[in-house]
Amino acid sequence: MTEQAPPRSEPHPQPPRARAGGQSRVPGHTPADKTVTGAQSLILALEAVGADTVFGIPGGAILPAYDPLMDSTRVRHVLVRHEQGAGHAATGYAQVTGKVGVCMATSGPGATNLVTPIADAHMDSVPLVAITGQVASKAIGTDAFQEADICGITMPITKHNFLVTDPADIPRVISEAFHIASTGRPGPVLVDIAKDTLQAPTVFSWPPRHELPGYRPVTKPHAKQIREAARLVGASRRPVLYVGGGVLKARATAELKVLAELTGAPVITTLMGLGAFPDTHPQHLGMPGMHGTVAAVTSLQKADLIVALGARFDDRVTGKLDTFAPYAKIVHADIDPAEIGKNREADVPIVGDAREVIADLIVAVQSEQEQGGTGAAGTERYAEWWQQLNRWRETYPLGYDLPTDGTLSPQQVIQRIGELAPENTVYTAGVGQHQMWAAHYIEYDKPRTWLNSGGAGTMGYAVPAAMGAKAGAPEATVWAIDGDGCFQMTNQELVTCALNSIPIKVAIINNGALGMVRQWQTLFYNKRYSNTVLHSGPHGNGNGAAEDTGVPEEQARQAAGTRCPDFVKLAEAMGCVGLRCDDPEQLDAVIEKANSINDRPVVVDFIVHEDAMVWPMVAAGTSNDEIMAARDVRPDFGDGADD
Amino acid sequence: MSKHTLSVLVENKPGILARISAMFFRRGFNIDSLAVGTTEHPDISRMTIVVNVEDQPLEQVTKQLNKLVNVLKIVELEPGAAVQRELVLVKVRADNETRSQVVEIVQLFRAKTVDVSPEAVTIEATGSGEKLEAMLKMLEPYGIKELVQSGTIAIGRGARSITDRSLRALDRSA
Repeated sequence: MTEQAPPRSEPHPQPPRARAGGQSRVPGHTPADKTVTGAQSLILALEAVGADTVFGIPGGAILPAYDPLMDSTRVRHVLVRHEQGAGHAATGYAQVTGKVGVCMATSGPGATNLVTPIADAHMDSVPLVAITGQVASKAIGTDAFQEADICGITMPITKHNFLVTDPADIPRVISEAFHIASTGRPGPVLVDIAKDTLQAPTVFSWPPRHELPGYRPVTKPHAKQIREAARLVGASRRPVLYVGGGVLKARATAELKVLAELTGAPVITTLMGLGAFPDTHPQHLGMPGMHGTVAAVTSLQKADLIVALGARFDDRVTGKLDTFAPYAKIVHADIDPAEIGKNREADVPIVGDAREVIADLIVAVQSEQEQGGTGAAGTERYAEWWQQLNRWRETYPLGYDLPTDGTLSPQQVIQRIGELAPENTVYTAGVGQHQMWAAHYIEYDKPRTWLNSGGAGTMGYAVPAAMGAKAGAPEATVWAIDGDGCFQMTNQELVTCALNSIPIKVAIINNGALGMVRQWQTLFYNKRYSNTVLHSGPHGNGNGAAEDTGVPEEQARQAAGTRCPDFVKLAEAMGCVGLRCDDPEQLDAVIEKANSINDRPVVVDFIVHEDAMVWPMVAAGTSNDEIMAARDVRPDFGDGADD
Repeated sequence: MSKHTLSVLVENKPGILARISAMFFRRGFNIDSLAVGTTEHPDISRMTIVVNVEDQPLEQVTKQLNKLVNVLKIVELEPGAAVQRELVLVKVRADNETRSQVVEIVQLFRAKTVDVSPEAVTIEATGSGEKLEAMLKMLEPYGIKELVQSGTIAIGRGARSITDRSLRALDRSA
């Protein structure tokens, strides 16, 4: 965010880098003002703005752009197998590098295949620029071959989008797109360029002048609000720092640690904020939300002050809104003013970049402490509060029972992957049970090591996001923790990984079912497993069968052995190493083997126990006070004893 | 529910109306009326949007509007401090017997007769929503054959202009 933020309404600050030898050619030609085609102008603009990796697939309307792209030595194009893979790869790349991710597709179906990753990036505030070809400007609106109104389609799921029909606009629009995507609250920007615009002659000049009079993100927090927030922190007895993805995006993790230790307040990090505060830090209570830790969820419910930093009071965090944090005053800091007061009214609203907010808060809290002379330092200040918190933390830690039938525990698989992984490993996850277990049982001590689809909940995110992450950080080990349902949505990108030397590692947590949906069916649909068993045919999914319990479960158990598809063979067919593990005794050895292979992608099919469930859980639509630590176990909070 | 009149200055670019109306629809905000037109500056269009909301969502409406990149400025016009007008064109059944009565109503409301034919007159009237409603109520017994109504447009009273600063921002970026 701030790192990439040029002064408002001014051109992007990154000048085109001079090429070694100063030789001039079209893509990469540095002196400004040269006659080129629109397509060349596009590639020159991408080079000038610092885009080094583009994920995409060519097609009719975008074809002109792929010609000069072939000659570019600064922009690496990764040819994916499906546009959705390009989009998620770009978001994975963006989150690991902190730069803007770029994906490219042709018009019509190429563009509409980007819709899911664009919506995903929008929900999770990931800086993304999607470039799409459009049919020739004269054909727009005629239902021409491969025409889709992608600007209209993506209007509600982009931060902004552009339709370019004048080649002279290309450098400015690309520069503006990167500026909008990366500043303020980051998000996806789509640039749709008509085919004839790419073919037409134009002049490339850089840097262009931005024309964004209506775009003025506020990054500097208001001093009065900061002082008021510091005063509330000083006066509170039971504060909580509620930290979201905004802190990671603002690169404010060092500042957060200082603030946390200065105040002595407990810290909770949301699903999007994991890694913003070390999991191993004694002040960290874990993740709040539907599958948050008992200590984190309860800290919010009992707090007298919540300091929300780059978090948005999402429904998965608050549970039933009108019973959420009933005793808490709210300090809400966010770069997007519209998030403040959207779900929960704020007593102290602070609009600003999380890094600037936290830096200012540190100073204000310090001076408040000096003036107040409260004496006690760090966690001592809130000794009574910590007593309660520690009791919840010790009584209801995260945990799981190992299966008694000798099958693999999915939680244990994920935990051991985390424990055996080299330092600085990046993890991605799909959506479902495995995602929650990866959030719980892997320790995230560093920022930008956990990528997942939090807001949109996009199944199939893990493999392409891991590909993008590995392309952005080739030196890091990248583990995709995936479910067998998710994996079957986007696994084709393993071909891309194999062919482009992007050796990611994929753990398929294979329980033969759409596990999270199945868990809901177990809990809320009387164990009627309608269409959640992946390994069996229609009969096993209860289609046309009246039986509601027993039989499908038994069939699923049998069908789990049929291995359709056989993920090991599938992996090998895609040029990867395929491994399988179904024996707890072999678990460590298989993980070590996967960790030792670095020249090719590795896929490990972990056949796990299918009845494992994610706990704790706040059932949808209920209050956080109704959190269940495990099935039928509601924690004893000594209700009525406090407040 | 209460009505609020928002003056929204936007860049005069294609698609901006779609962006705004789509945002209202997607966020579940109710538009009572919407009018768009040019301003004294060719690069700026002005929308007058009447929204029907509680106070809390109104803040969300303006914040979400502000997030649209092409939106330059939003001002809520308080009824007391602004002039608000609607335009109505209405075709009323009027023959030789009733025409003079209809014309009398037109004069009472300081409206205009803009077209006459043996069976009908067409009336043009501007004013506040209440005034126009009162006039239409009077005309109703004669038989309203066709009615078309504009959205509200509004401007603040006094010498101050809401476009000044936005124009300067536009000049800076141009």
